[in-house]
Amino acid sequence: MAVGLQTEVPGAADDFLAGVWKRNPVFVQVLGMCPVLAVTNTAMNALAMGLATAFVLVMSSTVVSTIRKIVPHQVRIVTFILIIATFVTIVDYLIQAISLGLHRALGAFISLIVVNCLILGRAEAFASQNRIGRSILDAAGMGVGFTLALLCLGGVRELLGAGSLFGVPLLGSSFEPWTVMMLPPGGFFSLAAWLLLFSGLKQRRERKLAGEAVT
Amino acid sequence: MSAPVQTETTLPPFDVKATLRIYAVVLSVGIFCGVAIVGVYEITKPIIARNKVAARQNAVLDVLPRATTSVAYQWDDAAESFRIASSDAEGDGLVFVGFDDAEKPVGVAIETKGMGYQDFIRVLYGYSPQEQAIIGVRVLESRETPGLGDRIEKDPVFLKNFEALDVSLAGDGKTLAHPIEFVKPGEKTEPWQIDGITGATISSKATADMLRESSQIWVPRVGTRLSTFTTTEEGED
Repeated sequence: MAVGLQTEVPGAADDFLAGVWKRNPVFVQVLGMCPVLAVTNTAMNALAMGLATAFVLVMSSTVVSTIRKIVPHQVRIVTFILIIATFVTIVDYLIQAISLGLHRALGAFISLIVVNCLILGRAEAFASQNRIGRSILDAAGMGVGFTLALLCLGGVRELLGAGSLFGVPLLGSSFEPWTVMMLPPGGFFSLAAWLLLFSGLKQRRERKLAGEAVT
Repeated sequence: MSAPVQTETTLPPFDVKATLRIYAVVLSVGIFCGVAIVGVYEITKPIIARNKVAARQNAVLDVLPRATTSVAYQWDDAAESFRIASSDAEGDGLVFVGFDDAEKPVGVAIETKGMGYQDFIRVLYGYSPQEQAIIGVRVLESRETPGLGDRIEKDPVFLKNFEALDVSLAGDGKTLAHPIEFVKPGEKTEPWQIDGITGATISSKATADMLRESSQIWVPRVGTRLSTFTTTEEGED
């Protein structure tokens, strides 16, 4: 059954949803761990980082897909990185124009979007081999999936580490914040918990499919 | 064994056309990217500059509660006096004089920085000549540990130190009567002492140290030249 599914011509929804759920860049592919762990100490930072990455992902995939036929094979990585770095620089200026406080909170990690393997990975594996429409959908799906994953981590860390969500206090003054959740180890703990949940779900689904095959 | 040698000898002949194409593609992508970056930079530059001025203005009014406007002044070391600076000026020796609605100077905001636990901490403090005290402190930039060192920004007990931190001038007007002192949490007895924070000793001591150093230089400079501050260029001489 699974083989049959893969040989079908993927529709637009499949291209988009693959990144959001089935092949989520963080929880399934475990890509781009550096920003995932570093800037998810609050939900706001996580959201901003996710959106910035998604923007770079969609824009660079669009351009890479547009020029995929004229870029010589030998210099494709150089060209892709050049395009990605351009959009990262643009995002950097845009965030500074939107909010200096946000720019300060994200710090060097904005520039480091360049080296997020997720973006070069999508450019090389998908956008350089597919039509523009599909590439945009794929990049948008991956971007949304990445943003959601970052929000999952940022939400948990902010809630436990500061008792608030998006800066709104939720747990009351009697709640003693778990400072460790705001620190780097908190990033590892919450990522581990989320990965555990996702692989648990995956195993359950596989067991279910195996059960159906038997009956 | 001979495989690598073979690949070397069977290299395709130098293809001028293909090579030129590589150059052409990389060069044009580079030019396109360069133009895009310069374009966005030019568009966002004035907005970013405005954001920076607004953020600084907000911080100044924050540490000088009675002020409604502020003007940047630059210290001139040679002339030993202040002169008006542009609102987006940057660098050392800048102070921000706060004026009330009647255009009377009500205080001066001064920036200082010092080494914290992780990195430099940048702090803006408001000095009120009328009260001879520091009446407000705001951390502009810090990378102190969240939940521990960053309490210098949030801890209400610690911030209470800066509601009226005494920095009275001594009789000669060139030094402080009592330089700011850092004491252990809960041991503050004099108005020029700063209570530390348990669990954030290094960060709170760093804040006290930079305030002491900066106030010893700047409070005498500012406190004795209050009458020279006006909202406009006139009357400066």
